[in-house]
Amino acid sequence: MIQVEALSLGYGERLVLQDLNFAVAAGEFVGILGPNGSGKSTLIHALSGLIAPKSGRIVIKERHLETIASRLRAQILAVVPQASEVRFPFTCLEVVLMGRYPHRQRWGSLTDDDLLWALRSMRRTTTEHLQERPVTEVSGGEHQRVVIARALAQDPEFLLLDEATSSLDVRKKLEIFEILKFLNATKGLTVLCAMHDLNLAALYCDRLMFLKDGGIIQDGPTEKVFSPEVLAQVYQAPMEVLRHPGHRRPYAVMLPLAPASREEEEILKAARG
Amino acid sequence: MKNPTISAGAASPPDLDAVKGQRRAGTRAFSAALLVLGLGVLVSLVLATGIGRLDIRWETIAFVLLGKLGIAAPPVDRTTEVVVWGIRLSRVVLSGLVGASLATAGVVFQGLLLNPLADPFTLGVSTGAAFGVALLVMLGVGGSFLGLSPLPLGALAGALAAMVVVLVLSRESGSIRKETLILAGIVVSTFLSALISLIKSLDEESLSAIVFWIMGSFSGRGWIHVGFLLPYAVLGLIMAFAYHRELDILALGEEQSHHLGVAVSKVRLNLLLGASLLTAGAVSVSGVIGFVGLVVPHLVRVLAGPSHGRLLVLSAFTGALILIWADVASRVLLASGQELPVGVVTALLGGPFFFYLLKSRRTRGMW
Repeated sequence: MIQVEALSLGYGERLVLQDLNFAVAAGEFVGILGPNGSGKSTLIHALSGLIAPKSGRIVIKERHLETIASRLRAQILAVVPQASEVRFPFTCLEVVLMGRYPHRQRWGSLTDDDLLWALRSMRRTTTEHLQERPVTEVSGGEHQRVVIARALAQDPEFLLLDEATSSLDVRKKLEIFEILKFLNATKGLTVLCAMHDLNLAALYCDRLMFLKDGGIIQDGPTEKVFSPEVLAQVYQAPMEVLRHPGHRRPYAVMLPLAPASREEEEILKAARG
Repeated sequence: MKNPTISAGAASPPDLDAVKGQRRAGTRAFSAALLVLGLGVLVSLVLATGIGRLDIRWETIAFVLLGKLGIAAPPVDRTTEVVVWGIRLSRVVLSGLVGASLATAGVVFQGLLLNPLADPFTLGVSTGAAFGVALLVMLGVGGSFLGLSPLPLGALAGALAAMVVVLVLSRESGSIRKETLILAGIVVSTFLSALISLIKSLDEESLSAIVFWIMGSFSGRGWIHVGFLLPYAVLGLIMAFAYHRELDILALGEEQSHHLGVAVSKVRLNLLLGASLLTAGAVSVSGVIGFVGLVVPHLVRVLAGPSHGRLLVLSAFTGALILIWADVASRVLLASGQELPVGVVTALLGGPFFFYLLKSRRTRGMW
């Protein structure tokens, strides 16, 4: 359980998000959406303890985030960042094994358990064949999946993703989200992902949180908040929300900014509210 | 490829034995390299002791060593014993220790800053030490303190002071940023170099002493210097090795290190302290010897991979080996029998080699 109370975040003098209040229960699958600069990454950074709140507090499993020791925090919370780069040619297996760091003793050697966790995570992210390849020599998509495998190897209760699949092609995106969904459903992994891809969010997230103008302007079940009105308000762009006849989940279609028909004009008008 | 999505769950268990076999092969290669380097250092201790203006056979050296260890051995004449034990061996051991210290400090600085140019110089630690010495020479401080000349203590104070200044300058809202760290190091280093030049022009008498110290040399060093360096070297080596896993993870960058549970600022501070101890200890007994801390980590990384556990151990041995022989070269290179500062030898060897490393394809990808 993550509780956020009266949280304000920013850099230097500038406040990015103000007075946030929400809770995420164990086992939820939450998408954090919003236009560029709305503070999605900032929120992820704060929830992972990377930046300190300007005011307010974050409580994870009944404990203040700031008071949790680094290693302990990494045992319960893993993060997959946007894009990343490794400067030394570690093999992909070595990189995934770094995910076991918070579980290992300083002078202890690698256990079978650590190795199993790493290998299982690599299998889940279809990176098993990359084990011995230097991480500096794999493609961007492969690299990102290795990073996701590393986060899974941490055996976390909470997984935060910051635009983690933006650089992947459609198939790889779906594969990653299938894994997240599977772990969410079977192991109760709590997932929070900041993302841009509306339809991917609508397809997998049970709950959506929309950030805009320094606050949360919508937060609720996907079925309820994924509406043309909310999307148009958040993104300042006309959208239509349809329901797929097969899987019954909603999806958004964007419309041209210059209205071409009367119906579109109607939608735009509704959007401007 | 098999359909990966379906196997998202638990399919057949991973082949643990195959992976473990592969890792064991890696461990065997490391052990073999360690054995070779270890033996190399031992053999070099004896061989390097024999080389000099007075050539001494290795049996004689063995007899002296056995005698010192309290094992019955044929007696050796007094002069030879003094040359072997008191002059040569102590110097060889010291050069090995300094080489190991500098190479290890180089690994730590490069790993921390993710920068091929990182070494005691870039951070101003070496220049700080040199400044400490120059200052004492100018002030005419002589005598002895705890049986040592005060110059090494001045080097140590200067190195640590420079490190503290660099850390304070690079501290931004509570955390140390690696970019500002390099900048602060360069600023401090440049400033101190200017001060050393100023001292040189103010006090012409001390010129030769300062220059000698700055070029680096083991001339006239003995067991007392080994004793002075040892605690710093041991402490620094332990600190560096204790954090070898963190050094690996720090290569992923500050943000991901944080996510993986590394207390980034604290770990960085401890590693910088450890590397400063190693540098200050080394500079204080031998002056500024360049390129060992720069080249050795690169060389070992190309051969043994980037994992810091192995990199630290192998670099320490390689550094010892290289500096032992660089010092031998400095003793015998000039036909006149005069000694060359060992810093000149390492710069002459290390400069072109470093250039080659920078340009070679295998290393370029690392940075």
